[in-house]
Amino acid sequence: MTAKIETRDLSTYYREKAALKGVTLSIPERRVTALIGPSGCGKSTFLRTLNRMHELSEGVRVTGQVYLDGEDIFAPHVDPVEVRRKVGMVFQRSNPFPKSIFENVAYGLRVAGERDRAVLERCVRESLEAAALWDEVKDRLHESALELSGGQQQRLCVARAVAVRPEVLLMDEPASALDPIATARIEELIVTLKEKYTIVLVTHSMQEARRISDQAAFLYLGEMIEVAPTLELFESPREPRTQEYLRGRFG
Amino acid sequence: MNIGDRGLRLLSGLALFVVLAAILAIFGLVVVEGAGALSWRMLVEAPSSDLATGGVMPAIYGTAACTLLMTVAGVPVGVATAVYLAEYAPRRSRFATAVRAAVRILAGVPSIVFGLFGLGFFVLFVGKSIDGLFYRDAASPVFGRPALLWSSLTLAVLTLPVVIVTTEEAIRRVPRELREASYALGATQLTTIGRVVLPHARAGILTGVVLAVSRGAGEVAPILFTGVANYLPRIPTDVRDGFMHLGYHVYVLATQAPDVDRARAMVFGTVLVLLVLTFVLDAAALLLRARAHRGTRS
Repeated sequence: MTAKIETRDLSTYYREKAALKGVTLSIPERRVTALIGPSGCGKSTFLRTLNRMHELSEGVRVTGQVYLDGEDIFAPHVDPVEVRRKVGMVFQRSNPFPKSIFENVAYGLRVAGERDRAVLERCVRESLEAAALWDEVKDRLHESALELSGGQQQRLCVARAVAVRPEVLLMDEPASALDPIATARIEELIVTLKEKYTIVLVTHSMQEARRISDQAAFLYLGEMIEVAPTLELFESPREPRTQEYLRGRFG
Repeated sequence: MNIGDRGLRLLSGLALFVVLAAILAIFGLVVVEGAGALSWRMLVEAPSSDLATGGVMPAIYGTAACTLLMTVAGVPVGVATAVYLAEYAPRRSRFATAVRAAVRILAGVPSIVFGLFGLGFFVLFVGKSIDGLFYRDAASPVFGRPALLWSSLTLAVLTLPVVIVTTEEAIRRVPRELREASYALGATQLTTIGRVVLPHARAGILTGVVLAVSRGAGEVAPILFTGVANYLPRIPTDVRDGFMHLGYHVYVLATQAPDVDRARAMVFGTVLVLLVLTFVLDAAALLLRARAHRGTRS
């Protein structure tokens, strides 16, 4: 199994406070890697460094390396815009633009310079199909995305992210604001998406990690305590802190 | 209810009455005195040479042209400044702090000072310099004299703070999640500002523009030395011409007319036109602001 992303001794500091302490992790290609741990353990921070989104927040500093296909994404000649085209992101709260459904999905292509209407239309359709949303919205592509339900908005955000044909999808608790039915649909979607994309999923739900991930990593207070194939981590965790967390002792 | 409460209630009721009475007195007077003078003729004709009859058409045109030029010149600069302050300046940047302080000071400068500044800078420095460089052979000054252009630019400087402050506020209200969504899709900062931030802040920016317009349309002092004329019955066709202005025309009618008593009805008529004009603009600002707030919540 080849590693799509590797982090080496990755630490982040907010002002002087360390949020991540020397995380080394290998993320396999076309698999779902789940990051679990109590809130504030640094899993979202970790996720945001993988496409250099942390640079948008002031006062955040990073040490260590992140390799995407063997190339250090923090190297001076690397443009964060290029990194983000390869490493897409879906956020905790669905955040569609106040534009039409079509324009939401087409946004990434338009900013990349695509003008051909036929190309845009084909890609919007394919992306909405990939996000299992096409059948629900095909007759109202030009209505506002804000009219959609919460679950539909989140799947729209997935469609928008895959439209730029990234190689990796980062998902920051994508189902945490959704009802159980919408959650189930997002989870099914993640499982189908891993055929084409490498997925890194932050989740606070251990059931969710167990249901859909192939590899799971447990973070605690900014440290990576344990990483293993999902079943192994849940059935026979080696570290005492992982065992306690899984038994619901804390967090 | 105790005595303190009752007293306070009485006082605030009284204060309300005073405010309402003042508004009624002003409007009542203007409407009663001015409505008689108001006619179709007044809106479409130029004033007679003694100002007491005819209309105020050149002044309406001058006010509109001056305000329009002011907007065209000032708004892009104001929006660009706000974009810099809100998006590009580092949080604790000394330069940005200095710019913000300058904007606040600019907002507090009395408008007559802007008038003198306009005369000294635009007319005498910029205008004379252009004449010296390009119109050395002209018999009379071409740019180096009071003109519609200089008045508009002076007003643009005067209204810059309103545009900057409202635009910066509107840009800061754009939700962080929308910016992040844009960046995560591989957009650059410039694209994000152009495609997400400014469209989302549009209603707020428009509010600033309308506030600037309604302030600029009513100001007289800044145009006093920079372009306005007592009596210029033809419509200006060039930005280098002088122009008439409603606000200034009120002053001229009330103090400079050959027969002030005969011009009395015209004064109130002109005031009424000016009031209606600024009210319409203020109402538009209020509507836009309400829409802007609704827009950010949905």
